[in-house]
Amino acid sequence: MNGGRSIILNRIREALRNNPAPRPHTSHSQTEAAAGHNGHAQREWLPQVGTTLPEQIDLFAKISEGLRTECHRVPTIEAAREVLAKLSAESGWKKIGSHSHHDTDSLLQGIGLPVVRTEKGYAIDDLESCDAGVTGCEVLVAQTGGIMVSVETAGGRALSVLPPHHVVIARTSQMVPDLTAAFEHVKRKYGKQFPSFLSFITGPSRTGDIERILVLGAHGPKRLTVLLID
Amino acid sequence: MATQASDFQTLSRRYTADKPFRAFIQKALGGYYTKRDENKANFRDWQGARDLAAETKYEAVNHLDKYLLEFEQKITARGAKVFWAPNAEAARDYILKIAKENGVRSIIKSKTMTSEEIHLNDALEKQGFGVFESDLGEYIVQLRKEAPFHLVFPAMHLTRGQISDLFQKELGSEATDEPERLTMIARDVMRRKYCEADMGISGTNFAVAETGMISITENEGNARLTTSLPRIHVALLGIEKVLPRLEDLSLFLPMLATAGAGQTMTCYNTMYAGPRQPGEPDGPEQMHIVLLDNRRTELLADAEQRDALGCIRCGACLNVCPIFKNVGGYSYGTTYGGPIGSVITPHLRGLKDWKHLSAASSLCGACTEACPVKIDLHHHLLQNRRNGAKAAPNPLEKITFGGFSMMMGRPALYRLAAGLGRIFQPLQGLVNGTILDPLRAWTGSRKFPKLASTSFHEQWRKERGGRK
Repeated sequence: MNGGRSIILNRIREALRNNPAPRPHTSHSQTEAAAGHNGHAQREWLPQVGTTLPEQIDLFAKISEGLRTECHRVPTIEAAREVLAKLSAESGWKKIGSHSHHDTDSLLQGIGLPVVRTEKGYAIDDLESCDAGVTGCEVLVAQTGGIMVSVETAGGRALSVLPPHHVVIARTSQMVPDLTAAFEHVKRKYGKQFPSFLSFITGPSRTGDIERILVLGAHGPKRLTVLLID
Repeated sequence: MATQASDFQTLSRRYTADKPFRAFIQKALGGYYTKRDENKANFRDWQGARDLAAETKYEAVNHLDKYLLEFEQKITARGAKVFWAPNAEAARDYILKIAKENGVRSIIKSKTMTSEEIHLNDALEKQGFGVFESDLGEYIVQLRKEAPFHLVFPAMHLTRGQISDLFQKELGSEATDEPERLTMIARDVMRRKYCEADMGISGTNFAVAETGMISITENEGNARLTTSLPRIHVALLGIEKVLPRLEDLSLFLPMLATAGAGQTMTCYNTMYAGPRQPGEPDGPEQMHIVLLDNRRTELLADAEQRDALGCIRCGACLNVCPIFKNVGGYSYGTTYGGPIGSVITPHLRGLKDWKHLSAASSLCGACTEACPVKIDLHHHLLQNRRNGAKAAPNPLEKITFGGFSMMMGRPALYRLAAGLGRIFQPLQGLVNGTILDPLRAWTGSRKFPKLASTSFHEQWRKERGGRK
């Protein structure tokens, strides 16, 4: 059906045959070996992350502040519920989106608002008119202040991006030091059966397309709140 | 007759003469330099990271067939369709075919330079499809019927006043000078489009062979919506964008963010492994990957410049280029502007018409230094100059350089020429920079240095009294 496949593959093989390219000029002799065999060589060069959990939580909180992610550290799920109730009252939420997941279910107990649940499918306009989307996550990434979400932990693809306020419930046990560890986590958890969607969310949606001036809430959420349970 | 080279001359003269415009571009880039440097400093070793990125791309590009096949096999197993497009026409036809077969009416797009390269919007609109660019900068230039000014910042050449005027005229919105208000106007317009579109078209920043995923980097969330709500997702993918392993992303995602926009991480970095899987609540029913060659294999065959296929389109080389900062994005007349565009366009669109771009460089090397994957950009510009001269020798240039080398090799001739120069320079001064000036190409915008009344050689002889 697609003759283009063999055309392109032939062109590639022809271009590479007996036609070696000079290796890149690198000053670090060990990188060559490392790049070939050890997928974790990048850790040597990427930003430093502390080895203990408190250090990682502090780093995550510090980077979050710079990103304008609102990170609340709470001792218990009950305390998280109070923060959520406060957010809801302040912003005058009328309807929220969420999905069934152990922590989101527990968090939304007694919220007293209509909840659009996405895990079994939903009408787009119904979700679009929600004031907030409440999701879980796979892991939190200390190095970048990132939140890794997936289909399973964020109720599909759209719940964490369509409503104007995204609230994430997470536990400190979900903290990982860096992106490499986040990838190791999903490989361990899913084997080869990855969800069709995995995303690192690093701060609320933003743009600088007008005069390079930062504006939050370009197309995705204007606010991002992390409720981090110790 | 206007050629690409003469267009470049005309436009670059016009933009360079516009001092307020140049100041505006400089100011827009000012914040980028600060944030980029802050983030680079956070790396334990930015140079080490560049080395590893260059090595990883070297491995991928030099085994391109192997990694593309692995990627195809893995993502096909997940239910995506992979279409191999040898040229722009094949890619356009395939996308048109899918749109027609599925009764598509409305198409939403997230930012993709590859679609600019194949002029996809024109083709879709000609067939009656409504096509909406969702990235704010892209939407603005689409409304102005312009191409993107910059790979990463498409509308950086426009002031908020111009954008407000545009929105008033095209969308009937109220005048405002607040970037926030302008952004919200576009957000509201686009919300409807996401919900109504049948097809979402995106680009791809990286493809992962190991797991059969594509990775899309963005700040606004528009690509996530484009790939979540419509029932069909088409991703354009240049064949050079494949990486061997999933973990390679943990290097490339932060490097792209830092080099591209001075960020620790771009707001959304999303990996897609196929369309909606059984049991998943949303996402497209169909996912099509359009793998585009479009003469990238020509560049692959040039071993000397093959590293240019490692480009991750971060735009860092544009942001530091003294030529780009003065002539701006539109002078180039290419999809990919700045140093990387000047290197690859002669391969993608022909040396004959595009070799003049290799001269749009001071060869200062700022681009090479800025490149996160260590593409040897300024040397490639020099090689393109050499290739251009070899392919189409310029007789006048040949005679001039022949004469010059003859003079430099013969002291008596050199002294004679210097003497004549001293006599004729005052005469040249009378016509300096005017149409009568034989050196006008040089003196039109520069001062010709005054020849010394006594040469160093003469002074030396006088001082040392003829000692050998």
